[in-house]
Amino acid sequence: MSGEPSFTLDGQQIPFQEGQTVMQAALEAGVYIPHLCFNPEFTPHGSCRVCLVKVNNRMQAACTTPAAGGQTVQSETEELREIRRGILQMLFVEGNHVCPACEKSGACQLQAVAYYVGMLAPHFKHFYPRRPVDASHPDAVIDFNRCIMCELCVRASRDVDGKNIFAVEGRGIQAHLVVNTPSGQLGATGFSLHDKAAQVCPTGSILTKHRGYDIPIGQRLYDRKPINVVGDVAQLPDSQGGRRHD
Amino acid sequence: MSELETAAHPEQLCRVAIDPLSRVEGHGKVTLLADRNHHIRQARLHIVEFRGFEKFIQGRPYWEVPVAVQRLCGICPVSHNLAAAKAVDQLIGVEQLPPAAEKIRRLMHYGQTLQSHAVHFFHLASPDFLFDFDNPVAQRNIGGVMADYPDIARQGVRLRKYGQEVIRITAGKRVHGTGTVPGGVNKALTLRERNYLLTDLELMTQWGRNILKLMKKAYEASPGYFTRFAAIQSNYLSLVRADGALDLYHGGLRVKNDQGDLLFDHLDYRRYSQVIREQVKSWSYMKFPFINSLGPEKGWYRVGPLARINNCDFIPTPVAEEERREFMALNNGQPIHATLAYHWARMIELLYATEAIRELLLDPDIFGDELVTRGEMTREGIGVIEAPRGTLFHHYRIDEDGLIEKANLIVSTTNNNQAMNESIRQVAENYLDGKELTEPLLNQIEVAVRAYDPCLSCATHALGQMPLIVELVEEESGAMMDCLVRDADGKVRESFVEF
Repeated sequence: MSGEPSFTLDGQQIPFQEGQTVMQAALEAGVYIPHLCFNPEFTPHGSCRVCLVKVNNRMQAACTTPAAGGQTVQSETEELREIRRGILQMLFVEGNHVCPACEKSGACQLQAVAYYVGMLAPHFKHFYPRRPVDASHPDAVIDFNRCIMCELCVRASRDVDGKNIFAVEGRGIQAHLVVNTPSGQLGATGFSLHDKAAQVCPTGSILTKHRGYDIPIGQRLYDRKPINVVGDVAQLPDSQGGRRHD
Repeated sequence: MSELETAAHPEQLCRVAIDPLSRVEGHGKVTLLADRNHHIRQARLHIVEFRGFEKFIQGRPYWEVPVAVQRLCGICPVSHNLAAAKAVDQLIGVEQLPPAAEKIRRLMHYGQTLQSHAVHFFHLASPDFLFDFDNPVAQRNIGGVMADYPDIARQGVRLRKYGQEVIRITAGKRVHGTGTVPGGVNKALTLRERNYLLTDLELMTQWGRNILKLMKKAYEASPGYFTRFAAIQSNYLSLVRADGALDLYHGGLRVKNDQGDLLFDHLDYRRYSQVIREQVKSWSYMKFPFINSLGPEKGWYRVGPLARINNCDFIPTPVAEEERREFMALNNGQPIHATLAYHWARMIELLYATEAIRELLLDPDIFGDELVTRGEMTREGIGVIEAPRGTLFHHYRIDEDGLIEKANLIVSTTNNNQAMNESIRQVAENYLDGKELTEPLLNQIEVAVRAYDPCLSCATHALGQMPLIVELVEEESGAMMDCLVRDADGKVRESFVEF
């Protein structure tokens, strides 16, 4: 054995490099911890709380907790699965996620994570918010009903595309995604389908216009294998049913 | 139009309600008003469910609509999906689909017709033919058919299953698939899938023929009853192919009057709003469509299997065409007005669906790789299809961004609204009038409605024996005179409940 530092995750030794988080080290070792706002290409955000793990018996977000030698991390316990289910259920009822009619169904990270943690019903009372669909852009549509406030599009547009097209407005329960222009319309921005921001959404909020349901049922990203085997929709190329345009 | 629609003095009459109607899709009720001598003065079919899909989809992207609106129904979602898809094709400027796409959509649709007709006949309606009205109510359902006629019940289950398999292979799922996309479909068939579907097809056609033999036997046992029960003279509306053939996927609108004369023919269905109007009545959520030029009194019409067989010049497959000729000979080629003939016509279509599926499966185009086409965007699209229950209209308008601005749906059962009302009035007049009402007598009202295979909500569907309450109320005081309750287990008991 080398002197590489490691921690245990559900009893398995996970090596890590200095500066890595628990999430980064786990994914690099091929061990899946469910997540939504985390994307390895961006600075961890720690906002969705789906990646909650117990580090030395304390609840921590795996995506923001630095890995340290000798840590004992628990992830796949019934207690944590129950918490994750609750978080997913709240995300579902807070927006309008109508999977039966959604074109991202079968290739949606939110849906795939919900299946992974065993969420079978929303449990909580639906908020049924009234949110519009912005179809003002010639090539793209934003359906705010499906936004889970992961801010990946905000980060991608600001940090990678250098366009700063998206922002969050309001606080607490009133917080919501907006388009960063006086009109609030995507059509008034320089947004392009080639932007990184168009490729990172883990739900069906940012969509290509005029097309949908192109991939037959049975061949969609998560139809045959679960997300812990397949990986994140944002990390997989378009040719494999993901959102990444290589 | 029958005089039993509205009683002159309803306040002095007893009210009998059949609520809900059983062995139909969705939720509806029939109310009868009778005087002291049990003479029926008013009979109405009420649809008590609300369908809000025209509103739900406002503001949604147009390409989402076919998948969203098919949720209207769990029995014939493919019909809604395809009617909407045809409208969406127009929105993206597509007049003609690539051959592979059109044939796969047709295959999907004939699979749908086969399974829906099988469900209706075997699961819902067959007890009306296999058992007497006086048989115990607990027997008059699919469970009773399974017990006494296991072969027929098994054929019904397998016919439906076969249709569902055709849908699964073309649309991805047996119910609520996503096979259609704007301007085409998302998958062709593989050779393996084609061969799998061919395996049992011959048997399905054979069973289709057998069930027609059963139908003819039922007719021959009592031709007078079959011909007269709930029979009404009406106009008939359906799509027909350019050469006059029966076509369930596409064609022009044809309307014949009760004498078989053409009122209009091969009308482009995009002009439907110029020839069809809808009347609203305060006592039902369902509108009453009519041919505009004839007005609401004379312009109502019937759609569905009977209308299609009455209207078409021929069926383009040999075995079903032979059956059509035999059927039409009942009235020397003139339109057949017997409401129970709906069942017969429906089984001719079931047979036709098996033959049409065979033709499509043997067509090499279904393996094609050109599955989608596009044109110039437009703002309005109208899709019309012959759903199992009749002509189905989907009409959408989008804004400049491609979001739905307005939608109008005329579902098949709505077209038959006035006809179903007329049929129950005929039954009330001829079979119930002057008699003390009993459960078997009231079942005759349901038999009349059931012949149309109505999908009353086009959204909700119940399985099994639905509870039914019949109340007799004293005409002046409103006090309950008698109450019959049929429980969910099929048992009928006398009971007094609050009115």
